[in-house]
Amino acid sequence: MLFTTSNFIIFVILLSIIYYIIPKKMQWQLLLIASYMFYAFAGIQFIVYILITTITTYFATINISKLQTKYNKYIKENKAIVTREERRAIKETSKKKQRQWMVLCMVFNFGILAVLKYSNFAIENFNKILGLFNSETSFKGLGFILPLGISFYTFQTMGYLIDVYRGKYDYEKNIFKLALFVSFFPQLIQGPISRFDDLKDSLFSKHNFNWDNINFGFQRILWGYFKKVVIADRLLIAVNNIIQNPDIYQGVYVIIGMFFYAIELFADFSGGIDIAIGIAEVLGIHLEENFIRPYFSKSITEYWRRWHITLGTWFKDYMFFPISVSKPMLKLSKTCRKNFNDAIGKRIPVYVATIIVWLTTGIWHGAAWNFVVWGLGNCIVILISQECIPLYQKFHHRFDVKNKFYFRLFQVVRTFWLMSFLRTFDCYRDVGTTFKMYGSIFTVYNINEIFNGGLMQLGLTIKDYILLFVSVWIVLLVSLLQRKEGIRIKIAAKPIMISYMIFFILFLGIIVFGAYGVGFDQSQFIYSQF
Amino acid sequence: MKKKMIINIFLIALSVFTLFIVQRLLMPKYVSTIQEGSLVEEYYKEKTNHDVIFIGDCEVFSNVSPITLWENYGITSYIRGSAQQLIWHSYYLLEDTLRYEKPKVVIYNVLAMKYDEPQKEAYNRLTLDGMKLSNTKIKAIKNSKMEDESTLSYLFPILRYHSRWSEITADDFKYIFNKSKISHNGYLMRSDIKPVGYLPRDKKLADYTLGENSYMYLEKITQLCKDNDIELILIKSPSVYPYWHEEWDEQIVDYAEANDLEYINFLEYNDEIGIDYQTDTYDGGLHLNFAGAEKFSLYLGNILKEKYKLNDYRNDLIIKGNWDKKIEFYYNMKEQQEFEISEYGYLISVGEAVQSINETD
Repeated sequence: MLFTTSNFIIFVILLSIIYYIIPKKMQWQLLLIASYMFYAFAGIQFIVYILITTITTYFATINISKLQTKYNKYIKENKAIVTREERRAIKETSKKKQRQWMVLCMVFNFGILAVLKYSNFAIENFNKILGLFNSETSFKGLGFILPLGISFYTFQTMGYLIDVYRGKYDYEKNIFKLALFVSFFPQLIQGPISRFDDLKDSLFSKHNFNWDNINFGFQRILWGYFKKVVIADRLLIAVNNIIQNPDIYQGVYVIIGMFFYAIELFADFSGGIDIAIGIAEVLGIHLEENFIRPYFSKSITEYWRRWHITLGTWFKDYMFFPISVSKPMLKLSKTCRKNFNDAIGKRIPVYVATIIVWLTTGIWHGAAWNFVVWGLGNCIVILISQECIPLYQKFHHRFDVKNKFYFRLFQVVRTFWLMSFLRTFDCYRDVGTTFKMYGSIFTVYNINEIFNGGLMQLGLTIKDYILLFVSVWIVLLVSLLQRKEGIRIKIAAKPIMISYMIFFILFLGIIVFGAYGVGFDQSQFIYSQF
Repeated sequence: MKKKMIINIFLIALSVFTLFIVQRLLMPKYVSTIQEGSLVEEYYKEKTNHDVIFIGDCEVFSNVSPITLWENYGITSYIRGSAQQLIWHSYYLLEDTLRYEKPKVVIYNVLAMKYDEPQKEAYNRLTLDGMKLSNTKIKAIKNSKMEDESTLSYLFPILRYHSRWSEITADDFKYIFNKSKISHNGYLMRSDIKPVGYLPRDKKLADYTLGENSYMYLEKITQLCKDNDIELILIKSPSVYPYWHEEWDEQIVDYAEANDLEYINFLEYNDEIGIDYQTDTYDGGLHLNFAGAEKFSLYLGNILKEKYKLNDYRNDLIIKGNWDKKIEFYYNMKEQQEFEISEYGYLISVGEAVQSINETD
């Protein structure tokens, strides 16, 4: 059930009505049923995967928690007689057992994800290697279909498991509540990836009907639909034309493709997140923000703090830091300090962790070399930027431009194009084609085609471009206004006639100018495929 | 509190009204072009009580002239035809018609029996969009829509036609509330001539069996007529295209016999009717033109008069007064079309048609 189908809209409206009619203590149970219904729409056979993840995590956390309780109880009861060394040894033993449960559960669940998502990719590459040795043997792909949202719910659930292991909070004793946390339908397709301690209170508590929640929630949903169906799905036509015909569209079209794709991806992904957060808001549930005006970032590091925030923080908390401070890494750091110098010794753990994180981020986005190269590309840019910090400092010491508007604008534009350039790996069918297209920017001089009707060949009319121009400006304007205060609060402060009319115009704009229905392919959200 | 409620009600009413206006604006008007799209809707402007109702595809709305039936026999009739009207469309249009009137005779053109499944979204739209909202319409939508169509977009056509925002013309504003009448009791007049160029070949088909779905709806039409004490006549209207296979004809003959219905294949009476496909068709034999329609209606009217003893209402002053206006509109249009043909060589007021010979076979 796509977010953009009438079935989904009817589903959400009916659910919201029932949600506030039934006894409040049953609200979260209704959400669980609704989430599984939503999941079943994608294919009832996929429910088994999400159930397995829920059940295995539940039992793993029970065992981890039991071990923690056992340890705490023992220490409490024997406080007087246990020495510090004994205490440390007992703790170590307990932690080791807990870690075994955690690792077992992680291997199992990430294993499911790996087999379903990456087995074909692995087989494909293995066949290529065999081909290099002139082997006639080749293995067939396993043909698995990826269950809906598996990358998102697996990460979210494993985050919960790690937090329980770390003792950040106690495990959820009610398996059905855990099942709801894993499957909560608005965030299931493309996030945000929530943390249990952030979500549990609003997810399981009783919610009274609150007009502000309904009003704000539906406004947010509308805004999401506006970005998705008016901007992203319209630009998709031109982007697809460019990337699916690399023999025709080269040179300046590659740059146009980068630009259009940057807008499309933002409108698509952030639009989907707006819809998810809006639906949750209608139900009185708070989901974390996933974007903070990422295209206003002045550096790539800042960009990644503002784009797909919940994935970034997941990698930071559950991968980057644990790797950086792991025993082998500290040992490596020590060896480097000894053999080289302090600076290298300090950098090595961070660099290794960064490379691993970015490789994983790349492969998380898709089972293809494009994504691996894209991840490494990001990593290289980030590491180079880090190495260049002394140079930047020298520059700023000499030229006082840091707080000048035009310099900040330059940084924003530079970051936008740098990210757009890297993102091109998402688009083309393979790494070779992407590099070929990069090359064509410098070798194919066809800028004149833009002024000779070239843009009209991409499947959009002049009216579409005007509409896109106006719509993107609206999004930009809203983003600028949001820097100071939430725009919805500002609008809510206006007289009801004005605030209502603003949102009715938005609604009408979506209905009339949306790229949906006959003549348009109803498209999935891009991130739902990751 | 009361003031707030009044404002809320006002805002909701204003929103509904705005949506309604925008929907009206964006819906195709079918006045200057693809006029077939106006036919179903026009029926609701008509004063009812017709003795004869025609249902079927372009072979009824192009080939039968209710004005000729009136002028020569005093028969009151209306054509509930539409472009490539499939048999389930015909059934629901008949059910819809019976909500307003009860005719003595229903004439169904059997050409569409050859289609057992929905063919094209555009044809569904040309029939269903014009129907007034009713339970019948909802059933018609559910049983006609293609796999990728949604019922909601028929109930709220703005969801289908929203992308017309980029092709709005002056006509869309001009006819936003009221459209000028374009048919003559469902008959779409064409006075131009395009003779038959070549005759279609009897292309062999792998299977000539008419579909189960088609039979099911023919059965429903038969039953609906029986339940309402209406005589049902099956006809195959005169045309050169599309080819009407003998094997199909035999199946209709068998059905008519089994159900005690009259079936007339007018392809067999071309000479008696006097149709000359060099002068009586406007599109090379697919449909009859004005001259052809008048000839065919004259012949058909005689059968109706003789066999079904239909009333001659020409002496009823009230009914006659109503039909006199129709006659005036009919001949004015004919004159206008003749003028256009002599002045421009073609009909400028008709625009594009939805069907061509290439599409039919």
